[in-house]
Amino acid sequence: MIKLEYYLIVSTLMFFIGIFGFITRKSMIAILISLELVLNAVEINFAAFNRYLFPEQMEGMFFTIFGIAITAAETAVALAIIINAYRLIGDININDATKMKG
Amino acid sequence: MSPIINLLIFGGLAVAMLIMSVMAITTKSLLRSATYLLLTLICTAGFYLFLNYHFLAAVQVSVYAGGVVVLFVFAIFLTTKKDEVLVKHEYRRYVYGALIALVGIGLVAYTILKTKFIYAANPSMEGDAQLSMADIGTALMGTGKYQFLLPFEMLSLLLLAAIVGGILIARKDKKHGEKEESQY
Repeated sequence: MIKLEYYLIVSTLMFFIGIFGFITRKSMIAILISLELVLNAVEINFAAFNRYLFPEQMEGMFFTIFGIAITAAETAVALAIIINAYRLIGDININDATKMKG
Repeated sequence: MSPIINLLIFGGLAVAMLIMSVMAITTKSLLRSATYLLLTLICTAGFYLFLNYHFLAAVQVSVYAGGVVVLFVFAIFLTTKKDEVLVKHEYRRYVYGALIALVGIGLVAYTILKTKFIYAANPSMEGDAQLSMADIGTALMGTGKYQFLLPFEMLSLLLLAAIVGGILIARKDKKHGEKEESQY
């Protein structure tokens, strides 16, 4: 029997792997990838809680679906910003992005 | 399936997922990083299958693998030069990151293991207990209790705003429009 705690531990590890990447990486796209890991870990939690604690309801599943869609929108906008920043400063290293206005 | 096989599959998925996550944030090439992210997300879809959320697994694979990772790959192609060293060795940043991550893992794991979860009587993990598409559609399109039409519509507005914002931000500048076409 797989317990709920196993899912939670795996998603915790994934969450903090994402946090570590968020802090250590320099490239904006790598930071965004770390952010994806964080969001993905959170969505695993929603689904696991829903299945184990309230299996006759569907709230967790729908929050996961909405979370996935919001993540997709957020990624699209963030990548547009990154491409624009690349055009302005010629690099996607966060240390070079010192001015935020065009 | 027998519990031991279940546990083995779960363990394999979990280990693969964590290894892929670590590779995604440590590898130097951004394109490899995106590929490892894709594998992580597919392992997550396996988790959803394991939890008997088949629709969720399908959404995960189609939206993430079909949408988000492809966006990442396009953005990487558009912004990364050749022979770029992406991770410079700044040990202070690594130390801070590892410290925060370890403290966080310890804190959260302690809380999780200390909490007594009240399991539902029948988590319905086995067999054909999955949700039917009719139930999902009814819940997504209704306005009653436990139904989700309002968040659904808000989400469509959000996606519209994201489309408009993405085009507005990434389009070529009219004043110095010598750059190439917009990407999206």
